[in-house]
Amino acid sequence: MADLTQAVRRAPLTGLHGGSSTVRLTPAAPASHISLRAGPDAVFALSGALGLDLPTRPKGSASANGRTAIWLGPDEWLVIDENGADLVAIAGSSGALHAATDVSHRNTAIIVAGPGAASAINAGCPQDLSLAVFPVGAGSRTILGKAEIVLLRLAEDTFRVECWRSFSTYVFGMLTEGAEDASA
Amino acid sequence: MLLIYCPYCEEERSELEFRGAGDAHIARSTNIAAISDEEFEAYFFLRENPKGMIFERWRHIHGCGRFFNAARDTVSDRFVKTYKAGEPKPDLHPAPATAATVETYEALEGDAQ
Ligand SMILES: [Zn+2]
Repeated sequence: MADLTQAVRRAPLTGLHGGSSTVRLTPAAPASHISLRAGPDAVFALSGALGLDLPTRPKGSASANGRTAIWLGPDEWLVIDENGADLVAIAGSSGALHAATDVSHRNTAIIVAGPGAASAINAGCPQDLSLAVFPVGAGSRTILGKAEIVLLRLAEDTFRVECWRSFSTYVFGMLTEGAEDASA
Repeated sequence: MLLIYCPYCEEERSELEFRGAGDAHIARSTNIAAISDEEFEAYFFLRENPKGMIFERWRHIHGCGRFFNAARDTVSDRFVKTYKAGEPKPDLHPAPATAATVETYEALEGDAQ
């Protein structure tokens, strides 16, 4: 008998698409994520293990080879690997004291792109997204409506909005409303 | 929108990213088991609730996650100064202008009625 059932991985926002004439909303491809906590004396070794310079300034980020680290707080980063690398093991290879928690299945992301992208996000997010204050490469934990997000500016008109999967349909809906308002 | 300067993020952010966490500079007894019920009550429950300047703990919960302290005017809601946790209570003298420059509802809207 052929297999009648198959377990197929289904991402939280599979099949959703949205936007408006000036904003395009796309669920991001699955990626591995860690929440990384470490003191200042571990930053050098962790940077070496991860292959990027962990940012140490507010709103900083660093990217290399599909891997991105975003400064969330003085001892906290969100690290995303779009190639699905085992980030817990990689951080562990640093030999430095740290805490790495795999949050790959907690987080999902939405790519917000287009000339109205900042306006669409600002429909629910109070941060100043002007280029002078939130330049390309800036990242921050913040809030979108009632949901906490981590925002990363990939390009002048492109953002990655990271959110918890349980909030993802809400965040997608908020961004859809924002996209419509941004094009009105 | 009320903007609060986070001493860790080093910029003003919307109040939506913050959460208040009660009075600041309350020292826990180093030997809490030895103090009397009255002393524990004073430490744990009793607060001044002043009209005017208050020193409070705040947390940038939807930002860097850090607790910090703030000097805030309870009449105007104005944040006079924020500073990192562990730093001493700042000297606010001479007292910054507050009530006279406050944008209260009454001051802004009172004449419009
Ligand atoms: Zn902060």
